[in-house]
Amino acid sequence: MRTCLSTIKVKHSSFHSEQKKGKMSSSYDTSSSPNNTNANPSVEKKLKALMVYDNRVITMIHKTLLKRFGVEPHEAKNGQEVVLAHRSGAYFDLILMDLDMPVVNARQTIKELRDMNVRSLIVGLTFLEEEEEKKPFMDAGLNYCYPKPLPFDVVRDLVEKIKEDA
Amino acid sequence: MENQKQHQAAYMRRSLLDQGYLDEQFIHLEELQDDANPNFVEEVVKLFYTDSARFIRNIELALENGPCDFARLDNLMYQFKGSSSSIGATRVKRQCSQFQEYCNAKNIEGCKNTFQGVKQEYATLKTKLEAYFQVSLSLIRYIGNYSKD
Repeated sequence: MRTCLSTIKVKHSSFHSEQKKGKMSSSYDTSSSPNNTNANPSVEKKLKALMVYDNRVITMIHKTLLKRFGVEPHEAKNGQEVVLAHRSGAYFDLILMDLDMPVVNARQTIKELRDMNVRSLIVGLTFLEEEEEKKPFMDAGLNYCYPKPLPFDVVRDLVEKIKEDA
Repeated sequence: MENQKQHQAAYMRRSLLDQGYLDEQFIHLEELQDDANPNFVEEVVKLFYTDSARFIRNIELALENGPCDFARLDNLMYQFKGSSSSIGATRVKRQCSQFQEYCNAKNIEGCKNTFQGVKQEYATLKTKLEAYFQVSLSLIRYIGNYSKD
């Protein structure tokens, strides 16, 4: 197995349930369906993932992969787009980010998102191998760090996780 | 006749994997191919070659026109390495890593020599994949036609 899992879980447990409430009230009108918001499939919330890559091949592959797992893929080219989207109220269950992009400051982007109280699962992809090289990203609030190419069964596990958390 | 093609396609695929031209990442791509995406693998590979042509050209120009900007070379190669690894192009990826090591060591001759290796592996893989797709896709088309009867 190629995966080298480095995890420092974001300290989000106290905020998580609050954030979930906030999320749901913006997605449905809960006043009309007081019992079970998931009862009607047409208002069932679709899982969303944001890919922050500068590579068309990887984007194409992950787009298909995410759709296969029932997740709606979105794309952003750089950190600024990501932050602006979140400032405008966008939310993604999963954010996949290439940490090696030369122009994008991935660490800075992650930090900004966490400073904005974004509680999404943020996963980084990198060719970096040394723990001390990955540490700045983890410290900024990255949940998991994986080598490239991202193993497909890892994506499956991540999707399972966001399904559970949703 | 089609049985022969099946064997041929399977053999070509097996060779590519056994000889280390491709790794399990390629198999993962195949798993994403289905009725909704019947030509997925070929499409990804086509995009890889379209995209990569640009990187290769830029690296070539950067190497020809001194003085050498090693940071830029590293950036260009990093992109190409990302694409290569995403389709499972092991040998190409290995050459890319080697190239980056020479970049870090600011060894221009090493970069130039390794780049020849990159281009060679890249071209070899392209030829082999084109041949493989020609056989396996004609087989898919045949099966498609046959099952309509």
